[in-house]
Amino acid sequence: MYLYDDIDQRIVDERVAQFREQTRRHLAGKLSEDDFRPLRLQNGLYLQRHAPMLRVAIPYGILSSRQLRMLAHIARQFDRGYGHFSTRQNLQFNWPKLEAVPDILEHLASVQMHAIQTSGNCIRNITTDHFAGVARDEIVDSFVWCEILRQWSTFHPEFAFLPRKFKIAVNGAEADRAATFLHDIGLHAVRKSGSDPDLGFRIIVGGGMGRTPMIGHVIREFLPWQHLLTYVEAILRVYNRHGRRDNKYKARIKILVKERGPERFRDEVEAEWEQLRDGASTLTKAEVRRVESRFVRPKYEQMGSDPIISQSEKIGSVPIFLNWQKRNVHPHKQPGYAAVTLSLKKTGVPPGDVTDAQMEAIANIADRYSFGELRVTHEQNLVLADVRQDHLPALWRELRALGLATPNIGLLTNIIACPGGDFCALANAKSIPVAEAIQRLFDDLDYLHDIGELDLNISGCINSCGHHHVGHIGVLGVDKQGAEFYQVTIGGNQGNPAAVGRVIGPAFAQHEVPWVVERLIGAYLRSRESEDERFVDCVHRIGIEPFKEAVYGHADSPRQDREPAVA
Amino acid sequence: MATLIRRGRIENPPSPEPGEVLRLEPADDPAAVAHRLGGAARVEVNFPSFTDGRGYSIARLLRERHGYRGELRAVGDVQRDQLFYLARCGFDAYLLRDGDDAGAALSAFSDFSEAYQASVERPQPLFRRR
Repeated sequence: MYLYDDIDQRIVDERVAQFREQTRRHLAGKLSEDDFRPLRLQNGLYLQRHAPMLRVAIPYGILSSRQLRMLAHIARQFDRGYGHFSTRQNLQFNWPKLEAVPDILEHLASVQMHAIQTSGNCIRNITTDHFAGVARDEIVDSFVWCEILRQWSTFHPEFAFLPRKFKIAVNGAEADRAATFLHDIGLHAVRKSGSDPDLGFRIIVGGGMGRTPMIGHVIREFLPWQHLLTYVEAILRVYNRHGRRDNKYKARIKILVKERGPERFRDEVEAEWEQLRDGASTLTKAEVRRVESRFVRPKYEQMGSDPIISQSEKIGSVPIFLNWQKRNVHPHKQPGYAAVTLSLKKTGVPPGDVTDAQMEAIANIADRYSFGELRVTHEQNLVLADVRQDHLPALWRELRALGLATPNIGLLTNIIACPGGDFCALANAKSIPVAEAIQRLFDDLDYLHDIGELDLNISGCINSCGHHHVGHIGVLGVDKQGAEFYQVTIGGNQGNPAAVGRVIGPAFAQHEVPWVVERLIGAYLRSRESEDERFVDCVHRIGIEPFKEAVYGHADSPRQDREPAVA
Repeated sequence: MATLIRRGRIENPPSPEPGEVLRLEPADDPAAVAHRLGGAARVEVNFPSFTDGRGYSIARLLRERHGYRGELRAVGDVQRDQLFYLARCGFDAYLLRDGDDAGAALSAFSDFSEAYQASVERPQPLFRRR
């Protein structure tokens, strides 16, 4: 991971002092709630249903064991002994006290962490592929570019009060594991042979989820890397000046891109960029090398080739290890190594929640098995990116003892869910009990593996923190005359290619949702061409009608006892 | 009574000045007044609400694209906690909102001792000075 130098540290320390002073003035009645709100939000502090919620930045999802121990300490000292990993690769504390937040920030700063710009109408945490730096299909190590963007976006003076929040995702591999078409800006590394330089970025704008889900538009196929900051600055300036501010539901850049049309928007950005290009913010090789050199790299041992097959044969009498290996162990570019996902989706535990004791145990495991480093995934799991394959059986036993070896990565029970109505002030409906009820219904592992790859995502409201739009099956909590209902979509996909799911029909009561999922799965198993055809591919091939029919009966005679659809 | 901070000093009440004042609202295009900048005694950029950040882009455009060097004054909902960003975007005068403590507000200019980006105040980004 990137190690701060003195300047990086000073900036974070000065932020703690600034926020301490702002909090003091607020508590003394000298800074009104209206004036304080945007300031505290830009420090990740929400006022929630039960208590404030503090969102800690985990820039592009990397975390050291030392940092994780500090998060455990904070969870114990300032919270109720746990934290929640979010779909934005951040960590949320649900029970801190407002007056303690400056102290929490000071603790974070002592391990090179902060909560800067984790909320508010500003540039948020940059996210990326959780297999960056180790993936076999890597084009470039996206972490370096994320850090360059992190520094550029931190306290950017021009873009602190945008029309709305702004999310940038970077993908550095062939496969898009960063959902770049579903962000305000998506950056996709591209190598172009014969070009000088040969490294650049495909620029995608105007994607997003939320109330109005949209797939982003490519406005430039190849931007040479040194222009990255000036180009992104041109996009932000056009958005800051012209994005809508009259209606918060129309204030994201995706609406501006849609209203102007992608071509006209691109022309405006290009015209602005013509004025900025080759200016002082043009990146230099020296800066890229400097940032690269501050990343601590694993010192791999030369392992020759992958020992994975002989290992699995040796303990092949334990099929659950094989299942785990199949689902939770991922290929690595370094021979003899693998990346391992720790599932935070054990049935009965809210998705993404981790206790202080688990955090400390995980930190110890990271030290012993993976160079003291972890990644947080947008699916709310953790990844040990650099595990020796001959250590996998031992690691598996330890993870199993901690309840972190559920072999469900990529499967239906690896549910993404926001904290929902149990915690969040914005939510229309609960998410966690719905996730748990589905997990309980699908607790047969053989059946789960037979169903194959399936992303099931649950959001408690249209803000779509649970990414329901891109779930192969998406569940959205809606409010109808004060009652909690759930709208179901199918066919969403987070990348390659990205797609927004379609609503199958009228919404359901909470207790009906697992039954609906079961009917959808039944229809899929009857319709798939082979075991290789995933649920989402099957939906795209045959359309949503057969699935609607499986749930509602014949499409021309809908069940009469259902509530009408919620728009 | 609102207090003016100008070039690091408090003026209360603000001293009157002769000359043409150009006032820009958030939706205004600085390019449209570029030809008048030479004759202006000062340019005011209005912030109807401090959360409306368009004035920051306007300031940078006035300074960096249109070469305006005279007084650039932030007016409207201007508060202490925005002064650091405003200064970096090229403002050098701030008409603080009624009731704000201008003496205490002066410390906001030194909230941070360093910044990563290029700005009007410091045209070279940190990475070119590191």
